[in-house]
Amino acid sequence: MDLVARLGAATLDQFRGWGHAAFFFLDLLRAVPASLRRFGLVVAQVYAIGNRSLVIICASGLAVGFVLALQMYYALVTYGAAESLGLIVNLALVRELGPVVCGLLFAGRAGTSLTAEIGLMKAGEQIAAMELMAIDPKARVLAPRLIGGLVSMPILAVLFSAVGILGAWVVAVQLIGVDAGNFWSIMQTRVDVWRDVGNGLVKAAVFGLICTVVALYQGYETEATPEGVAYATTRTVVISSLWILGMDFILTALMFSTP
Amino acid sequence: MGKRSTEALVGLFVLLGLAGLVFLALKAANLGTMGGGASYALKARFDNIGGLKPRAPVRAAGVTVGRVKSIVLDGKTFQGVVTFEVEAGYQFPKDTAAKILTSGLLGDQYIGLEPGGDDKNLVAGDTVAQTQSAVVLESLIGQFLTGKAGDAGSPGAAASGASK
Repeated sequence: MDLVARLGAATLDQFRGWGHAAFFFLDLLRAVPASLRRFGLVVAQVYAIGNRSLVIICASGLAVGFVLALQMYYALVTYGAAESLGLIVNLALVRELGPVVCGLLFAGRAGTSLTAEIGLMKAGEQIAAMELMAIDPKARVLAPRLIGGLVSMPILAVLFSAVGILGAWVVAVQLIGVDAGNFWSIMQTRVDVWRDVGNGLVKAAVFGLICTVVALYQGYETEATPEGVAYATTRTVVISSLWILGMDFILTALMFSTP
Repeated sequence: MGKRSTEALVGLFVLLGLAGLVFLALKAANLGTMGGGASYALKARFDNIGGLKPRAPVRAAGVTVGRVKSIVLDGKTFQGVVTFEVEAGYQFPKDTAAKILTSGLLGDQYIGLEPGGDDKNLVAGDTVAQTQSAVVLESLIGQFLTGKAGDAGSPGAAASGASK
């Protein structure tokens, strides 16, 4: 009987958590128009979230492009298809690795800082103070960060893919000596701008939304102690990453199931 | 850091993103090769389209002059009806033949146009009369095994079907 009760309690807890998060998300959406009126806040957040993630994203994109090109060349040259290297790297980056790896890095770089920042604001009772002064913390603090994340993530993913393709070009064309004309022309005939690049962008926007909302929720709901903030920051990375990987599977199945 | 410089840096970030997008679209995808120019649609009926796909290139003498738009099955004749677009700058005679060919041994399939000698040109909506279907490897092997490959002439002709 005790076991049944515990199962019931766990289930109810789970649903309450989901409901809580859903209402948090709706409140956040409702606060977006108000925060757009103070656009300076949004710009500052795009700077904090987007600009300052630029170096890590570009460095990772370049490294992924390098390594993909090297490994793909090793496999492709056996079949005399080394020219398709650009195509493979391009599709892998634009469709999958760009949004996914960029999303994971984004969760680690920007998500954690959002959670820690808001968690500490909560621990320092700054959020409670705002409420006392009749300032809606969701409109003043959270919504600009949501928009900032939503704007930054697609830009970062595009740059990740673009830098990765350039990295693959450096390795394939400059170092290995694959024909440059074929490298680009095979890409151009086989990569579709709407289907591949466009869907990649949609993915990136979805992942940006997920990362930012998870980070904000974890920060906002953190226990107001140092351990609580540490725990919330860890959970941000774990939950965002799992959501990104899960959603990527669903989105890929929806977008690319037909050849 | 001043507000102006933050705004400038964010602007730079957005511009960088746009530049990346333009690079992906024009240099690394097909937007540059699609050519927003005018084109006209032609049709061709094939007994077997093989692995032809929408957006496959249409080539004449190896030069890409258009793309396949759609492929449907004609429920009455059970032929594949391929609609393809040819750039308006290129005109082909009425008796042009369309063949489904393969680039390389394992490459993609495309439509090859072989111009005839007619005075009149194909116009939008016309159907290419002479077609040659894709060569299906299995039937080719089947013919070879049953010894038909010899009297069928070229392997391409054996698997073909001219239609009106």
